Amino acid sequence: MTNRLVIIGAGMASGRVIEHLHETDPGGWDITLFNAEARGNYNRIMLSPVLSGEKTYDDIVTHDDAWYAERHITCRFGEHVTAIDRTRKVVTGQNGEVAYDKLLIATGSAPFIIPIEGRDLPGVITYRDLDDTNAMIAAAAKGGKAVVIGGGLLGLEAAAGLSSRGMDVTVLHLVGHLMERQLDETAGYLLKKDLERRGITVKTGASTAAILGKDRAEAVLLQDKSVLGADLVVLAVGIRPETRLATDAGLDVARGIEVSAQMVTSDPDILAVGECVELDGQLFGLVAPLYDQAKVAAATLMGQGAAFVNRETATKLKVTGCDLFSAGDFADGDDREDIVFRDPARGVYKRLVLQGDRLIGAVMYGDTADGGWFHGLIKDGADVSEMRDTLIFGPAFQGGRALDPMAAVAALPADAEICGCNGVCKGRITRAIEGGADTLDDVRAQTKASSSCGTCTGLVEQLLAVTLGDAFDMDTPKPICACTDLTHEDVRRLIKAQELKSQPAVWQELGWTTPNGCHVCRPAINFYLLADWPVEYQDDPQSRFVNERNHANIQKDGTYSVVPRMWGGLTSATELRAIADAAEKYDVPTVKVTGGQRIDLLGVRKEDLPAMWADLGKAGLVSGHAYSKGLRTVKTCVGTDHCRFGTQDSTGLGVKLEQRLWGSWTPHKVKMAVSGCPRNCAEATCKDVGIVCVDSGYEIGVGGAAGMDLRLTEPLVKVETEAEAMEYTVAFVQLYRENARYLDRPYKWIARVGLDWVRDRLADAAERRRLVAAFDLSQTIYQKDPWAERADEDAARAFAPLADLTLEAAE
Amino acid sequence: MSWIDIGALNDIPLRGARRVKTPLGCIAVFRTDEAEVFATANACPHKGGPLSEGIVHGRKVTCPLHNWVFDLETGEAQGADEGRIATYPLRVEGGRLLLDPAVLGRRAA
Repeated sequence: MTNRLVIIGAGMASGRVIEHLHETDPGGWDITLFNAEARGNYNRIMLSPVLSGEKTYDDIVTHDDAWYAERHITCRFGEHVTAIDRTRKVVTGQNGEVAYDKLLIATGSAPFIIPIEGRDLPGVITYRDLDDTNAMIAAAAKGGKAVVIGGGLLGLEAAAGLSSRGMDVTVLHLVGHLMERQLDETAGYLLKKDLERRGITVKTGASTAAILGKDRAEAVLLQDKSVLGADLVVLAVGIRPETRLATDAGLDVARGIEVSAQMVTSDPDILAVGECVELDGQLFGLVAPLYDQAKVAAATLMGQGAAFVNRETATKLKVTGCDLFSAGDFADGDDREDIVFRDPARGVYKRLVLQGDRLIGAVMYGDTADGGWFHGLIKDGADVSEMRDTLIFGPAFQGGRALDPMAAVAALPADAEICGCNGVCKGRITRAIEGGADTLDDVRAQTKASSSCGTCTGLVEQLLAVTLGDAFDMDTPKPICACTDLTHEDVRRLIKAQELKSQPAVWQELGWTTPNGCHVCRPAINFYLLADWPVEYQDDPQSRFVNERNHANIQKDGTYSVVPRMWGGLTSATELRAIADAAEKYDVPTVKVTGGQRIDLLGVRKEDLPAMWADLGKAGLVSGHAYSKGLRTVKTCVGTDHCRFGTQDSTGLGVKLEQRLWGSWTPHKVKMAVSGCPRNCAEATCKDVGIVCVDSGYEIGVGGAAGMDLRLTEPLVKVETEAEAMEYTVAFVQLYRENARYLDRPYKWIARVGLDWVRDRLADAAERRRLVAAFDLSQTIYQKDPWAERADEDAARAFAPLADLTLEAAE
Repeated sequence: MSWIDIGALNDIPLRGARRVKTPLGCIAVFRTDEAEVFATANACPHKGGPLSEGIVHGRKVTCPLHNWVFDLETGEAQGADEGRIATYPLRVEGGRLLLDPAVLGRRAA
């Protein structure tokens, strides 16, 4: 037989109960669902993105009408429950009664309204549900000033959302630092600084006396008598369990509705879950424990034994650009010890709290990547004494019990793969070393290990050190290749100092052991020469990898891919038509949109390249240099042209940068992006140079990467004007061209020289001017479309086979 | 049977290569020095990379796909790689490149 279940409140906890019941016992329950809000269950946690405009209500609906219909649930949305009659087992709604066998109370929480004058004025809103959110969006559309009372999770998310919608926002917080329940003082300070950087005013230690206004809110009066103008006041000081129905029904209620670990109230036929309950003196506000409660409540309803256990929960603030994490307990205490890591330049703060051998709390700001791992250690109560020394650096630094990296390598079995590219295992490498290969080059030559991507070089060196002991000096600077004993840095220095301006000069004066280098050193030397002596040195195509020589990317079957430039990602009907025509004319098998906001034509025969380039050139398309160690793309978002959040003309700046920088050769590829606001739609913070526009100017970050390594950019400088943004970017690229090792992306180069060195050089206005002038001189020679230069008969002959003997009949 | 004229020496850039189509597949012709040339199979025995697109250094070429290095005189792969490419007689006469007709399945007279 079916049981009648009545649920009061369609929130995230009760929604989860229904899901569990239907998964386990689909036909077993006849459910009536009351909700005071005129809608069903949606993801309340995502109200902040709705407020900021990053999501819409439709994006956050968990259960829509169809979902309830499929499960034959009687929905009474928009109807308040007025009473529970426990004797008759009946719930009374505004539109009538319904009987229950079991009742589930999930009335959630209500905003705490501080008892001050003016709290009922129009223009004062709380932040709890979708209606509140919509009211704030409507108010923000009129612009003006907003005062948010409460600097906790909800208040700050409201503040950030209103600020991104263009309001002038002030946050008032009673306590000395923001989010005091989740953060310690230092993290609270960093958060305040970040919010202020985005134009939000934060007043801590601020006690509100009254909300002033005649017909609607006009200002907020503080205890210190200061007055803040306010077109909108948001009350976000806290929440309290919504317990009125339960109290009226005579259930046991303390701060919340008291429940057992089975989620049963003082009446055995009535259960309660969510923010309205109190268990062992504790209230619940975060979603993870609510979901656990829902699971237990469903099990109890179905007669299965289950008990709720409160777990540690972690907090993350959903404000773009404010990266914070907090878990566990981090109050100071006599029996507690702290491990603290600070990086003031990057605004990074990490603090771990230990009690004995256990981690009990973690607060992180600025870099929260390891948050999940720390949270796991806290939840599991893991013994961390063994890894205590390196604990704060996160899981990447934990090599099991062995903290000595050599010990870890020594302990590897002989069949452990060291070089993934060439499938070389440890045993093969150690045999080679024992057989006399005592340098990295020897090991590479004999085993192929570390000869492809090079990421295993460190491991191979450690194997050399482990096998040879003191006979191997790991810190010897590595020469470029077997052709010379000199390092990249040595060679760059000598090319400048001795004014070496040709390849033969380098081979001769620097004592190369080979006649004309090899595939490793020659492309490097060719780059160094053309970067240092753009006017005197003549670029040598035969010292370039196939892609740069043929101005297209070779594919595994020997065909090529062709990527025309789309300035800042902009294109036009004419260009697209030319690309489509070329794709048809040359039977291009694959046309693909790239990650750099342009179009890739894959599978072109080499002999077709010059004619295809000529056709594309007629529509104004030039080479996108998708094949070069040079400027690839400048990715942009639409900025102020179309986007309601854009703060600057990001597309325009991207186009200007690409037009200034294209065609220049660099040590490795260079990818850039310009985002029009901190939402960062152009993903600028993982580029070699990424510019994020803000109201007050341009934040230039450098050294990002999203390839084999994943790096966020580090701040280089913030400037006010577009012209300065261009100047710094050009100067940075030239500094990189003059100093980096060939095939080092900017982040690797910065790691070698230090970001401070780069900043110092660029802070010097005279040096900046010199760098820009040197770059521009080089561009007078190298900023030429290689496709246009090869769109003729000579190139067609050079790209075709030298001879075709297939028609010569054998005699 | 006479040697086949496949083009001029200057059609190959110094330290560069060109390819020649034959009934038995593509041949790569390399110019390692002013007047020094070699002819080998164009396909790398590893994954078929076009050796005529590789970087030519000394009397060697590096495959553009995965950096296998071949000696152009012997056709032997260098270092740890094991493999060999076919080599063909090629000579320079009066600035012209002359290829052994064996590539067409014929014998030089």
